[in-house]
Amino acid sequence: MSMKSVLRSRHGGLLVLALVLALLPLVLPNAFYMDVAIRIALNAIVVIALNLLMGYTGQISLGHAGFFGLGAYASAALTTHFNWPPMAALAAGAAATGLLAFALARPVLKLKGHTLAMATLGLGIIISIVINNESQWTGGPDGIAVPAFTLLGLDVAGENTWYAVTAALLLLMTWLALNLIDSPVGRALQAIHGSEIAARVAGVDTTRYKVRVFVLSAIVASIAGSISAHYVGFITPGMAGFFHSIELVTMVVVGGMASVFGSIIGAALLTVLPQLLQTFEGWEVVVFGVILMGTMIFLPKGLVPSIAQRIRARRARHIKGR
Amino acid sequence: MLTIDTLSKRFGGVHAVQDVSFTVREGHIHSVIGPNGAGKTTLFNLITGVYTPSAGRILFGGEDVAGMAPDALARRGMSRTFQNLQICMNMTALDNVMVGSHLHLNQNLFASMLRLPSVRRADRACREEAARLMEFVGVGKHIDADASQMSYGALKRLEIARALAAKPKILLLDEPAAGLNHTETGEIEALIRKVAQSGVTVILVEHDMKLVMNLSDQLLVLDYGKTLAEGTAAEIRANPAVIAAYLGQAQEG
Repeated sequence: MSMKSVLRSRHGGLLVLALVLALLPLVLPNAFYMDVAIRIALNAIVVIALNLLMGYTGQISLGHAGFFGLGAYASAALTTHFNWPPMAALAAGAAATGLLAFALARPVLKLKGHTLAMATLGLGIIISIVINNESQWTGGPDGIAVPAFTLLGLDVAGENTWYAVTAALLLLMTWLALNLIDSPVGRALQAIHGSEIAARVAGVDTTRYKVRVFVLSAIVASIAGSISAHYVGFITPGMAGFFHSIELVTMVVVGGMASVFGSIIGAALLTVLPQLLQTFEGWEVVVFGVILMGTMIFLPKGLVPSIAQRIRARRARHIKGR
Repeated sequence: MLTIDTLSKRFGGVHAVQDVSFTVREGHIHSVIGPNGAGKTTLFNLITGVYTPSAGRILFGGEDVAGMAPDALARRGMSRTFQNLQICMNMTALDNVMVGSHLHLNQNLFASMLRLPSVRRADRACREEAARLMEFVGVGKHIDADASQMSYGALKRLEIARALAAKPKILLLDEPAAGLNHTETGEIEALIRKVAQSGVTVILVEHDMKLVMNLSDQLLVLDYGKTLAEGTAAEIRANPAVIAAYLGQAQEG
């Protein structure tokens, strides 16, 4: 099989990702870089889920950090105040977030475009305010410490263990997302994006599918939030806030709408860039903004889809030229 | 198979469709013609659940389906194409056709995410069927294409392939020849005949008189939202009211 067909098949991309994830610890020089890699993996999991909603189904959410924060704070509050085992807290947080998303999805997803963006924005802000105000459970603006994560009775501690756990989860999420996209459900979601009326005529109950993908992406965000909380060890309301929501959306857009691997690239880039740009002292936000604008102007479909398209176009020219 | 009973639709004070009644027999090609603004597309949108009728009944398979959503109608065996294409440009040509088979496939979210063997098998069969349908409608060479790379004429056929993928009992074609040149129109005429011969009942809205007269078992002529005439092609051609309102004008133009 040629390199091209390996990369184009579903399992090819997954294989490359697995190799990169497996080899990365060997080349990363120290714990600082391992920490960055772990954060990238956790962000990428949320971004893939958000891309299912935004890139594939065409429904924007500016409130996904709210769901991320709900998971994180459910884990923090249930483990510290009630001594719940972390896995139980994570599951409870995911279930509660799923129920909330389900209850809100129908009225919210009836809206389209800017109105949908505003509604999800409001939802995220409400969650963030609640976390700020309920300080007896959440620690309020001061934040709250989160105990270590335990898996099968063992503490997850140290960069290497955390890396193994998050890399495995990222691989799992990628596999699930790729499967979903290339299934009847995934095609129905993409059809909603392409033409809602065409999807309905084909028998797709569009409202039901929008609700399902919204709830799914909220639950994944919540689980990633729980794990992040345990990894970081101390969380503040900012992680549920508006700017984090925007950051997640930016990762989707820069990496590439409707691209699973684009989500990973987007998450990696936007996690690493602020670190790299710290040498610009004070100007890092400006440089960051210029890079984002440049990406959107020259690669409007996002990095991965735009580059893939150029490679395809060049190859087509080569074939014609012969 | 399909009975329209005194169907009406008002937009504000305008009667877009008024007291229209007709019956479509199984296996027939039943055409709806009329001048621009006669209410043909509105009638189509009423039958296919895009609009809710103001009054009247739509009996399909012995059930009143008036006001049902398009996806509910799809489940009962109705499919359609659109005058202004509704192709999903974010998908490949083949995936567009596969969306048409949606109702015949496993729709469980978890089964899809885990890609259970049953899902995989059904999906492979669906892909083969979609490829076969693309050949059937004459866009076989676009099997690996993205929908956005295809020409207008090819997309019109692709839409028919998607509608057929649902295995409909009745198929509504909204101006399938609009925007096509003479040769393409001839090909689409042959395709519609093939579809009807495969056992699908067809309702057709079309401006191309030659195509309509060649194909139709039965015609309904609308004018200002009302039924002007009904009958076979020969009867319609001889109908003085139709000649005055429609064919006469066309000849002058």
